[in-house]
Formats: sequence, C-alpha cells, structure tokens
Amino acid sequence: MSSGFAAGRDGGVTARFDAAEIAVLRSLISQILDLVEPGATGDDPLERALGIGSAEEPTDPVLARLFPSAYADDDLSAEFRRYTEATLRDGKRSDARTMLETAAPGRVELTAEQAQAWMRALNDVRLALGTRLEVTEEVHDEIAGMGEDDPRYPAYVTYDWLTYLQDSLVRALW
Amino acid sequence: MEVERPSIDSRPDLPWLTIVWNDPVNLMSYVTYVFQSVFGYSREKAEKLMLDVHHKGRAVVSSGTREEMERDVQIMHSYGLWATVQQDA
Repeated sequence: MSSGFAAGRDGGVTARFDAAEIAVLRSLISQILDLVEPGATGDDPLERALGIGSAEEPTDPVLARLFPSAYADDDLSAEFRRYTEATLRDGKRSDARTMLETAAPGRVELTAEQAQAWMRALNDVRLALGTRLEVTEEVHDEIAGMGEDDPRYPAYVTYDWLTYLQDSLVRALW
Repeated sequence: MEVERPSIDSRPDLPWLTIVWNDPVNLMSYVTYVFQSVFGYSREKAEKLMLDVHHKGRAVVSSGTREEMERDVQIMHSYGLWATVQQDA
C-alpha cells in the first residue's frame, strides 16, 4: 500500500501508488467531477456569462456539504449562493481535473500548485464519502471494531485510507 | 402596530465575523494548515483556532467588513470547511 506523500523539490511532493490504488482514486474523483458539474443557471445569457447561478440550497446531503449555506438567514444565504456557487463549482472541477491528469501508477510527482489541488480534491472526496457513510469523529475506532464481512467495511477502509493519504499530503506541504 | 425590522442591522460600526463549524470529516492537520495558509496565522494561533472548532463546535476565524467576511467564507468553502458569515452580536 502507498506509504503516502513526502516533500519533494521546489515545494512539491512525491508519492508512489500501485495500479489498484490509482483506480480507486480515479474512480472516486470522477464521481466528484460528475457531482459538481456546472449547476443550473438562469436563461439570461448575461447571468450565465457572469457565473450567476441557482440560489437554491441543494437537497442532496453531499452537495449540501460541498456547497454549504453561508448565512443562517435563508434569503441572505440564497443571495450569496447565487453569486458564488458557480465559482466554487469551477474550483472543485479544476482541482478534480488536475488530480485526474496527474494520477498514474508508479511514482507521482506534483508541483506545489498541483499538490494544493490534490489536497482540496482529496478533501472533497472525503467529504462526499464521509457524508454518505455518515461518519463520526470516532470513525477510526468504528472500523477497528467492524468485522471484515460487514457490508460497510470496504467503504470505511477506503475512507480511512483517504484520510491517511490527505494527512500525509498536508504534512508533506507544511 | 408592529414595525417591520430589517433582518440585518446595518449600523456600520458592527464588525462581521467568519465562523468555522466543527464537522467529523475535516482533519485537524488540514484545518490548521488552511488557517495558516489562508489567513497567514502562526502555527500556534491556527492550532488554537482549530482546537476551538474541534472542542467548542465553532470558532471565529476572522472579522471585518461584511464584504471581507463573505470573501473569507468563500475561500473556506473552496477548501471544504463549513463556514458562515454573521454580524457580531
């Protein structure tokens, strides 16, 4: 299994992945890319050009977590979302694409900028998976007490591995 | 007669706050790193804020004008942190 990230040259990082690990990462990040596809915008071409989007809070819990409300007040929150969510989506898509372009079996060498994209994209994957699995802060202990025949086991182990990977990336960048 | 009050007090002297809320997914190391790199805080200050989020459920990570706080919240959201804007009570 990958031993995680280490600091590389010029603020970059390196890691080594086998084919199975890369397949998992690529599959998960592709799902994020599908999930954060450009949202519905108004029919007004000017609104589309300016990236003014929907004011609605997403009903899907994963999307609601990836695109949280900025205000306790619904009207203020809707207004903020209308002007910011499209940009947020673009950023997440760009991070996910950077990861897809650079994730290959063997030695992965990332520039400082690519490493930042991986760090945010790994966080998006963990937010999505963690929200679906309804993880708690005791997730590590939960896995330790979970039988390998538990149907939740593979997803939880994958989540735990992503946690380890992201933590090693943060520490390599520090 | 009931007077309709605006939902937000527009007195200019009240600063606005960026609040980051605890969630079970974001890593302690990652949250500290984000506070350091986004706000330029020392590792010590960033770690204290992260621990406040973790133990108290939330922390005020920056304050200023409403526009500045909306920008900060947008940046926090780009890192996947759960952040909101509110006026200092």
